[in-house]
Amino acid sequence: MDAVRIENLSKNYDSLKALDGVDLTIAEGAFFALLGPNGAGKSTLINILAGLTRATSGQAAVLGHDVRKEWRQARYKLGVVPQELAYDPFFTVREMLTLQSGYFGLGDRNRAWIDELLGTLGLEEKADTTMNHLSGGMKRRVLIAQALVHCPPVVILDEPTAGVDVALREQLWEFILDLNRKGHTIILTTHYLEEAENMCEKIAILDRGKLVANASKDKLLSRYTWRQLRLQLLPESGLSLPAGLVDKQEAAPVGELLLRLHREDDHIGEVLAALEQAGIRFSDLRIHEPGLTEVYTELTGGRVHND
Amino acid sequence: MTNYYGFYTLLLREIWRFLKVSIQTILTPVITVLLYLLIFSSVISSSRQMLPGVNYLTFLIPGLIVMAMLQNAFANSSSSLFQSRLNGNVIFVLLAPISDFEIFAAFVGAAVGRGIMVGAGVWLASCYFAMVPIKHPVYAGIFALLCTSSLGALGLVSAIIADKWDHISAFQNFVIVPFSFLSGVFFSIQDLPPFWQQASRFNPFFYFVDGFRYCCLGVSEIEVGTSLKVGLLFFLLSSVWALGLLRKGYNLRT
Repeated sequence: MDAVRIENLSKNYDSLKALDGVDLTIAEGAFFALLGPNGAGKSTLINILAGLTRATSGQAAVLGHDVRKEWRQARYKLGVVPQELAYDPFFTVREMLTLQSGYFGLGDRNRAWIDELLGTLGLEEKADTTMNHLSGGMKRRVLIAQALVHCPPVVILDEPTAGVDVALREQLWEFILDLNRKGHTIILTTHYLEEAENMCEKIAILDRGKLVANASKDKLLSRYTWRQLRLQLLPESGLSLPAGLVDKQEAAPVGELLLRLHREDDHIGEVLAALEQAGIRFSDLRIHEPGLTEVYTELTGGRVHND
Repeated sequence: MTNYYGFYTLLLREIWRFLKVSIQTILTPVITVLLYLLIFSSVISSSRQMLPGVNYLTFLIPGLIVMAMLQNAFANSSSSLFQSRLNGNVIFVLLAPISDFEIFAAFVGAAVGRGIMVGAGVWLASCYFAMVPIKHPVYAGIFALLCTSSLGALGLVSAIIADKWDHISAFQNFVIVPFSFLSGVFFSIQDLPPFWQQASRFNPFFYFVDGFRYCCLGVSEIEVGTSLKVGLLFFLLSSVWALGLLRKGYNLRT
C-alpha cells in the first residue's frame, strides 16, 4: 500500500496553475523530501492531502483513502505540522493536546501517549503554560506534538526547521528520524537543501506546479554530470592551459585555477598529467562533487528563492 | 460514521473557551441588561398597562432575557470562529476528522449554552425587581433554543464571511443590535406608527420576543403558534446558510 498516491492532480486559482497534472506515489515507511522554490506548489499539494484545499481535478489518497470520498479515514491516517506557528490562545499546551486528541475521537486512554509526546519533545515543563508565553522553538515543538497526537502513520512536516536554531534543529531531526524508524512515513518540505540531502532517501522537486524530479537521492545526484577541480597555483606556475582544457576553465580568483569536468569523460589523472606537461604547478587541489544544490538549481531553472 | 467524540470535544472546547473568559462573556452582558432594566423601569411608570394585566416591568423583563440570549449567542460563535480563523488555529479543527455538520452543531451548541446562561442570569437578577412567572416552561425552553441556535448559526455565517474584526462588529452593531432594539423588547409594537408596526412584522427577533413573552406571561401581541413557526423558519434559514458556507469551505478551505 502506498502511503500517498497522487494522480494527475491539478489546482487552479483563477488563471494561476498552482499544480499542473502531478503524479506522485510515496511508499509506506519512506523518508521523503518535497522540494521546490516558493510558489512551486508544495503547500498546495500538502493542503490537498490534508483536506485544507480542494483539487480542481485529479485524485489524492492517503494509505488508500481518497481525500475527498473517504476524507475521514484519510485524516485519521495523516498528521500535519503546519508551516505557520498557529496556536489557540485560550488553552495550555496540555489542554490543546487533549482537545486535539479528542477531535480524533480519542479520550482518556490517549493520555499516556500525550505524556510521552510531552516528554520526548521536552515540553513537560511547559505543559501548563499557554502558547503565547512560549518561544518560537517551543511553539514549533507543540505543533509537532499536536500533529502526532493521534499517532498517524503518515506525517507531513511543512518547513519544520524554518526559523529554528541549530541545537533545536538537530533535536527535531533526531526525533523525526526516530519516528521514521518506528515505521511512520515522513514527508517534509524544506528550503535547507543540505538537510534534505542528509536525511531523505527519496526526493521530489516541484517547479511551477509540475513535478520536475522524483527519484532516490543517489539517482538524482548522479543526474548532474559535472564536478569541479580547483587548483591552488604556485607562484612559479605557468598560466597557459593545454588546448584540450581551455573550454573547461571557469572564472576563479587570482592564484587559482577552476575546471569544470565531466564525471565520466574527463579522467582526473589524465587532466592532471596534461596540466603538468603544460607547466602548471600547484600546491593543493580540491574536487567538488555536485550536491543537491546543483541538481536543484539546474532543475528549477536556477531561480533563487528568497526566504 | 459519525465522529461523536470529536463533536463532543469541539463543543466542550467552545464552552470551555467562553467559561475561561466568563467575566466578559457572562457577567458583563448580565450587568448591561440589568442597567437597561434599572433605567427603563425608573423612567417609565410601572403602573402602565402594556398588555392586559401586564405592567411595564413585567413586560420588559422577558424581552430583555430574549435580547440577551440573542446577542450573546451571536457574539459567541462569531467571535470564537473568527478569532480562530485570524489566529490560524482553525486549521486544527479543519485537519481533524470532523464533518461540516459536526462543526456547525458544536459551535451552535456552545452559542446556545452561552445564550441560555446569560438569559438565566438576567432572569435570576431580575427577580430582585419583579418576579416574572414562567407559565409555559417547555415552550419557553423551545423559544430559548430556537433564538440562541438561530443566532449561533448567524454568528458562524458572519465569522466565515468577515475579513476583519470590523466586519464582525458592523454585523453586530448594524444588524443584530438594531433588530433586537426594534423587536418590541422595550415597547409594544401597537404603540408604534403604522409603518413601523408593519416593518416590525418583518423582524424575526420580534417573534422570538413576543413568543417568549407569551411563554412567561401567557399573553402576547400575536398568536404564539405564528411566532413558533416564524422562529423555526428563521432557524432553518440561518442554519442552511451557515451549513452551505461550511460545505463550500468558503474562506476556510481553498
